[in-house]
Amino acid sequence: MLRYVLKRLLLMLPTLAGVAVLVFVLMRVLPGDIVELRFAGESSFASKAALDLERGRLGLDAPLWRQFARWIGGLVRLDFGRSLWTGGPISREIALRFQLSLEVAVLATAVAVLLAVPLGLLAAVRQDTWVDYAVRLFSIAGLAVPSFWLGILLILGLLVAFGWLPPIEFTPVYVSPWRNLAQLVWPALAVGYRYSAVATRMMRSAMLEVLREDYVRTARAKGLWPRLVLWRHAVRNAMLPVFTVIVLEFAFLIGGLVVTEQVFNLNGLGLLFVESIAHRDYTLTQALVLLVAVITVLANFVADLVYVWLDPRIRYA
Amino acid sequence: MTTGGPAVGSVAVARTPGAGAVLGFARRHPVGAAGAAVIAAMALVAVLAPLLVPYDPLAPDYGAMLARPGPAHWLGTDAFGRDVLSRIVWGARTALSVGFAAALVGATLGAIVGVAGAYFGGLVDLLVERVVDILLSFPLIILALAVVASLGNGVGTVILAITVPMVPRCARVIRSSALAIRRAPYVDAARAAGYGHARIILRHMLPNVMAPYLIMVTAFMGQAILLEASLSFLGLGVAEPTPAWGLMLKGAAVDFAETAPWLALFPGLAISLAVLAFNLFGDSLRDALDPKLRTP
Repeated sequence: MLRYVLKRLLLMLPTLAGVAVLVFVLMRVLPGDIVELRFAGESSFASKAALDLERGRLGLDAPLWRQFARWIGGLVRLDFGRSLWTGGPISREIALRFQLSLEVAVLATAVAVLLAVPLGLLAAVRQDTWVDYAVRLFSIAGLAVPSFWLGILLILGLLVAFGWLPPIEFTPVYVSPWRNLAQLVWPALAVGYRYSAVATRMMRSAMLEVLREDYVRTARAKGLWPRLVLWRHAVRNAMLPVFTVIVLEFAFLIGGLVVTEQVFNLNGLGLLFVESIAHRDYTLTQALVLLVAVITVLANFVADLVYVWLDPRIRYA
Repeated sequence: MTTGGPAVGSVAVARTPGAGAVLGFARRHPVGAAGAAVIAAMALVAVLAPLLVPYDPLAPDYGAMLARPGPAHWLGTDAFGRDVLSRIVWGARTALSVGFAAALVGATLGAIVGVAGAYFGGLVDLLVERVVDILLSFPLIILALAVVASLGNGVGTVILAITVPMVPRCARVIRSSALAIRRAPYVDAARAAGYGHARIILRHMLPNVMAPYLIMVTAFMGQAILLEASLSFLGLGVAEPTPAWGLMLKGAAVDFAETAPWLALFPGLAISLAVLAFNLFGDSLRDALDPKLRTP
């Protein structure tokens, strides 16, 4: 087991290294750089010499390999460098937004789990009845409705029904949990519906599979209370693949809510992504992409690990 | 596998389905058939758009700005007085062409890469797997943003931006199907017969991963339409004044929420209906083509 964990951890390194190289090259392939953007924006006639001076100040005149080495060297020391655009430390730029994005992701996960587990369970137990059809329709619709449109409808509904809009300014949960929730619960609902659709479908099919297993039949045959069989024998095992789906979706949510953040005017990681690319803020984009890649890779790892850990039938040498 | 050449070991899996097969599919999978019918209707509407729509989707009418849905404008008009129904009908062209092109190109490239990895094995396969890993842990929206940032807005750019993230997803699925085929005797036979790598991959292996390929294409279609709408909504997709559903939501929806809620309602319904149709059809197609993947 320890060998497996170590091997998986080591295998992450080439993937992350590849991501690092890819984003480094990708950003520099994009036309224009931050110096051009900043000075062109003011329609000033900055001389070429002045532009070069600024590039020198930002370290953009160094050969690419040296820029890359400098970046990786910083990463090894957990130093992400400074944003080219604001000049502030990247760790602080990201930390501010990460809090918001993480919270929306956690809330959306809560919404998804609270919907998916009971609905999937119900659909499986009542397979091929109207309950099952209703749940399936609800979940397949969840995959089709764009979250950002659902967000627009939520805002519209709140406005029409209560003449009220969620607060725009982010309040950390430890300052005022109520204000915090009043802002973030709506995007969490909009995103959570789609998320729950994925999980409901998984829960339903996993339950159907488990309910046909021999050990469930045995448990029933020996006269166990049906509810006990359902919860202790079936649900616990069906939760495994559902857990995998949830972990992977959660990882996606952290950096993937670009559009929903736009709808709700949230200043999260998604917006930071868009801005950093628009500004050609190489260092910030690089840090963000690597952060999301680390989260994705770790989520995959955790999902696999939990599988191995919880399911005694799966063993890796 | 149409003409000529000794058909060494080519297994006829991917026959073109006849009318009987279509009817059989419709009987066994009524929901999927309904999805297919909606897709067909949408495609028809998209093709016939110039004949169907009552108004020019691009022509502003400053006498009828933000008109309510009524006999003159069934779904109302937007802030420039453009007819919403006409724009939704023309938007179907954008959505379907982007979705179709991106899904087809993405899945095809992915299939070729996946089969090549499985066929060559060894170092090539290892390399393919690593690259797929890297691309999959790369945030999808960033790939799209980068493509748009370097090539500018437009239909072609959007197609490319959506295609890129689809390739690794398809490659992974197809690779695992192709690994099983790689060990099939007819592949060895083809190699023994002295055929080149390209011919074996394209003529002998690709046709036999048709089932997962078609499943991926339909699944991607819905996702591509969603992605296109998202990108256009962000202002990174199709550019004004081209009618596109996501773009229609961007322009007006939030600003005119109270005065003109129809602007937010109808384009979103169109997106949802299109994606739903592709998902329903895709699910049924998967059940029909690949019994192993069937959800009970």
